[in-house]
Order: sequence, then C-alpha cells, then structure tokens
Amino acid sequence: MSEPIIEIEELTKIYDDVPAVNGLSLSIQKGEIFGLLGPNGAGKSTTIFMLLGLTEPTSGNLRVCGIDSTKYPLEVKKRVGYLPDDLGFYQNMTGLENLMYTASLNGIPKDKAKEQALSLLEQVGLEDAIHKKTGKYSRGMKQRLGLADVLIKNPEVIILDEPTLGIDPEGVRELLKLIKELNVEKNMTVLLSSHHLHQVQQVCDRVGIFVKGELLAKGNIDELAGQLFEQDSYIVHIEAEPINQTLIKELTEQEGVSRVEQIDTNVIDIYCKKDITPVIAKKVMAYDINLTNISKKNFGLDEIYHLYFEGRDKNEPATINQ
Amino acid sequence: MNLRQLINKVTFKIKRKPKEVEAVNKTQPVFSAIVRKEFTDYLRSWRIIILLVIIGLTCLGSLYTAITTIKDTLSQSNEAKEIAKDAYLFLKLFTTSDGTLPPFITFVTFLGPLLGVALGFDAINSERNKGTLTRLMSQPIPRDYVINAKFVAALLINIILFFSLGFLVMAFGILIIGLPLTVEELIRIMCFLVLCIVYIAFWLNLGILFSVRFKQAATSALSGIAIWIFFSIFYNMIIDFISKSYLNPESITSMEEAINKQETILNLYRLSPSYLFSESTTTLLSPGVRTLGPLTMEQTVGAIAGPLPLGQSLLLIWPQLTGLIAATLICFMIAYYMFIRQEIRTN
Repeated sequence: MSEPIIEIEELTKIYDDVPAVNGLSLSIQKGEIFGLLGPNGAGKSTTIFMLLGLTEPTSGNLRVCGIDSTKYPLEVKKRVGYLPDDLGFYQNMTGLENLMYTASLNGIPKDKAKEQALSLLEQVGLEDAIHKKTGKYSRGMKQRLGLADVLIKNPEVIILDEPTLGIDPEGVRELLKLIKELNVEKNMTVLLSSHHLHQVQQVCDRVGIFVKGELLAKGNIDELAGQLFEQDSYIVHIEAEPINQTLIKELTEQEGVSRVEQIDTNVIDIYCKKDITPVIAKKVMAYDINLTNISKKNFGLDEIYHLYFEGRDKNEPATINQ
Repeated sequence: MNLRQLINKVTFKIKRKPKEVEAVNKTQPVFSAIVRKEFTDYLRSWRIIILLVIIGLTCLGSLYTAITTIKDTLSQSNEAKEIAKDAYLFLKLFTTSDGTLPPFITFVTFLGPLLGVALGFDAINSERNKGTLTRLMSQPIPRDYVINAKFVAALLINIILFFSLGFLVMAFGILIIGLPLTVEELIRIMCFLVLCIVYIAFWLNLGILFSVRFKQAATSALSGIAIWIFFSIFYNMIIDFISKSYLNPESITSMEEAINKQETILNLYRLSPSYLFSESTTTLLSPGVRTLGPLTMEQTVGAIAGPLPLGQSLLLIWPQLTGLIAATLICFMIAYYMFIRQEIRTN
C-alpha cells in the first residue's frame, strides 16, 4: 500500500468548450480498491479513457504503472485490464472463443491461452456456458465473462466502468465478492466507477466523489463524512408534543450542540459535534412532554452523495449568473 | 557531464534495440490473429455466403452461354477452327454471350461493387454498436490494426473468390472446348482478375469509409448502394443527356473541336469507376481494341486490323488502372485518417 500505481495530475479534458474533466488530481496506491463515484455524465468514463490512452487529455499528466499513458498507450494497455460499461462480445463466437481471441491479441500462445481461459471461466462461474454462443448469454453472464476477459492478460490494474450495471442483486453480490477476492489474492489494484453508493461502500477502500468533472472529495467513508460535515457529524431527530421555545433554547445552549432546527411544530433536528443522544434524551424527558420518536442519523454514503448533488443543484444557478 | 550524457544515450540506444525487434516479432501474429478472425467472420456470415453463391451462379451461367456460343460457331466449319486459334478465343469466354445472359465481365461490373460494399459497410460501426470496439481498443494493439486487418481480410476474400472463379472458367473452357491456353491469354486473364480485385477493393474501401463515418450500419449500407446505383445507372444517363446538347453537330464547326468535345465527354465518363473498369477490362480481354479515345479516318488509314500485343494493351489502360488504384487508396486513406482521429466512445 505504499507506491502509487495510478497518478493523475491536474488532468483536464475539454469537449467542445465544455470541460468533461476539470483539474483532476488523484493518486491510487498499489493493491487498493478505489471507487469513483458520481452521477451519469460526471466525467468518470472520460477519465478512464484517458488512463488507457484512448482519449488525449487537453492538459495534465497521467501515469499508470509508472508509464505515461498518453505517450505509450500500448505499454499501459498491456498492464491494465478494462471492462467497459457498454460491454459487448462477438455474438456468433462462444465464450471460450471470445476469451481466446482476446488472449491472441495480447500475444499469449494458444495452448497457454486455452488453459488460462478455462480456469478463468471456472473462476467466474461460467463453466457450464463455455461452448455457448455469447449472443445467448444473459446480462449477468456477459458481465462475468467480461471480468474473465479482463483477467486473461494477467493485469496489474483492473479498471471496471459501471460493472454492476443491469445485474440482479445476487449477481452484484457475487461480482463484488469476486472483485474483492481478486484484490486480496492477487494484490490487484482495482479502479471501479459506479453511481451505486451501496455497492461502492461494500468493497472500496477509498472513494472519490466526482461531479461535473471535478473531484469534490476523496477518502474512506469516515473521512468523507468528516470532510463534508466538518462539525455537524451527528443529527438527533426528535418528535415530541408539545415542543416549546424554552426547550429549544436549552438544547441550543447544551454543550456539543451547534444548532437546532425546527422542522415542524412537533419535530426538531439537533445538529451536534459528537454523539450526545443520551444527554438530549434526558433533557427532553425532564420536560413534561410526550416523546414519540428520538433517533440518531448517521451519515452513510447516501447522505454524502445526496448532499453533494443537492449542493450541485444549488450551485448551478450561481455559476450561470457569474 | 557531457560525456556521461553521451554514454547514457548510447547505452539507452543499445538497450532499446532488442526491445524494438522483439516488439515487431510479437506484433505480427497479433495482426494475423485479427485478420484470421475477420476472415472467419466473413465466411460464417449469411450475407457474404449469399453474395458468393449469387456471384458464383451468375458466373457459371454466363460461362455456360459463352461456351455454347463458341461451340456453335466452331462447329459450323473447319475454317472457323483455324481462325479461332489466332483470335484469342479463350478470352471470349469472358466477353461473349448469346444474348440470353450478359457475359462474365458485365456481371463483375455490376455485382462486384455490391460485394465490395457488403464486405465493408459495417466494418467499424458494427463493432461500435455491439460494444466490442472499446474492448478491442483496450487490448495492447495499435488502433490502425483494426481497420487494416478488416481491409486485408476482405481483400483476401476477394482475391480467393476471383482467382478461383477465373481458374474455374479457364478449366471449364479447356475441358469443354478443348482449346489449349496460350501464355499471353493466361497473362491477360491474370491481369483481368487483378483488375477485378482492384475494382472491388475500391468499393470495399468506400464501404469501410462509410462504416467509419456513419454510426448506423443501415445508413452506411444504403449510402454505399446509392453510390453504386448512381454510377452504374444514373451517371451514364446524365452524361448522355449532357453530351446530346454539347455534341450537337450544328454547333461544331471544325474537326478539332469535334474531337476535343468528344474527349471532354469521354473524360466525364471516366470519372465513374465503373466506366474506368469496363474500359480497361474490354481492352485487356479484347486485344483488338486499339484505342480508347476517338480516332479519325486519317489515323486509321493504313492500319492493319490485328490484335495489340499485351504490352501495348497494358500501356493503353495504364491511366485507367492507376486512376482506379488511386481512388481506392484515397478512400482507404480518408477512412484510416477518420478512424484514427475518431473518439472511441460510443455516445
């Protein structure tokens, strides 16, 4: 976990005067699972294309496995496996034939390729569909074949663009398990792009939130929460009857509480710096009121994600005015 | 410091060389792997099989009519047999017909472009639509390998098809008519087959160009077919129409003007690849053709009607041949350039 395997510095890509990726700097360590999280059209795929040398950046530097992918894309592509989001196979060829073709493009000799392909197909659970034409594969099978296809060149880094798109929950679980296994067993670095928070949360060591071509935050889930909600990391939600102003005042003055927000006549949200739910509960109980609900909100990725996109919506008109 | 830099440079060069050599050796099988795969795909696809069958059948049909015509003529008298020996009878297999079916060269002029377009029209855009292009491009292969390999594979199909058809016609000719083949006839037929391949390669490249330009396979197929129909039917009509008013005998005052105007019209015709092709094939297969332009009576006075030697025939069609090859290369170059500069992304 020491040396960076992917380094991106001030990467910018401009399509028709609109920046798709804007000043992105990122460094991914060897053996890490990094999740690139963002809505559709945030520039995730563009970044991946630049990493593979398939698109030239407008400015900035990239290094994958220590190689400049803009100048030596072939060297990078030898070491990096890429699973595109709109994955497709040659439909009139069987799963095995498709894998063998990819192997031949990587210069792997035929007998070795066959051996490897068969073991990979078994690993991804497609041993029953080896001789079936890929045109008849289901979406989940295609995705698993795609993973085998990525792995056949024995890459150092695998880049998966929306790998869980369109697969049923069970399939997603298996795929993520497989990714995690690969990461642990072969110490493979994984870069995963997705707009599914929960899936990213399950497997990724670190996450980068990517909106409108800019990396807004990066780190593990706790760090992200810390970065986002600098102090108000906890919200205590109270529903009680009646809520009077003295209670609100007292709660506001309580140590650790930064502010109290009255949402409805009987509903308040208390923003705290640390977890003081029991203290608040006691305070409320001291008054003679009917407490119907007290709960603590924790920040999962959902809230983080939501906050960013809410923020994006709010910021948009402002930038237009400028 | 300078010395050190120099040493570094030298060692760098030395180190680098074997790597490059290795890379070259390694990339060759990769290229042939793509060609092999494309070739198999063509042979497995229904549309190519159907086209090959159509072309094969029409060629056999025209061969049959040609053979019966020649046989009938030969059986009429013994004298005819003697004349036939000097008259490049073998080449007639490709050009004669009794009127029920068009001869071999007409079929090639007409169906060849269809084959070319069919081989090329979905070369790139089908890969793009099926999502295999991104996967292909993420493998360690240079981008131009894809388009080059597709061209080579389609060309291979062409070469095999035309040479086997040509040899079949020759074999049937020898078997049925019983006339031996002279060396010159053989060379002329070979040249004709090469010409066919170049002509179809032009349409193939046009198809590849459209497949790079248009995202939908149907659009590129229709564009290819539209151009094919334009050149094989409408272009001649348009030129006929122009020449009627342009070559109006009342407006022509001198003979020189008449010749000039005639040549202008001829050059207009020559903008069409099918015209270039038919001009050169007739010259190759009918050695009696002495010129492709207008001739005055004065020029023909004293000329003995006889076949041109092979070298002269080739010289006569040299501009046509280079024109066809140039058109082929231009199409391929545009397609190549566009493909190299194009974004790989699907949307």
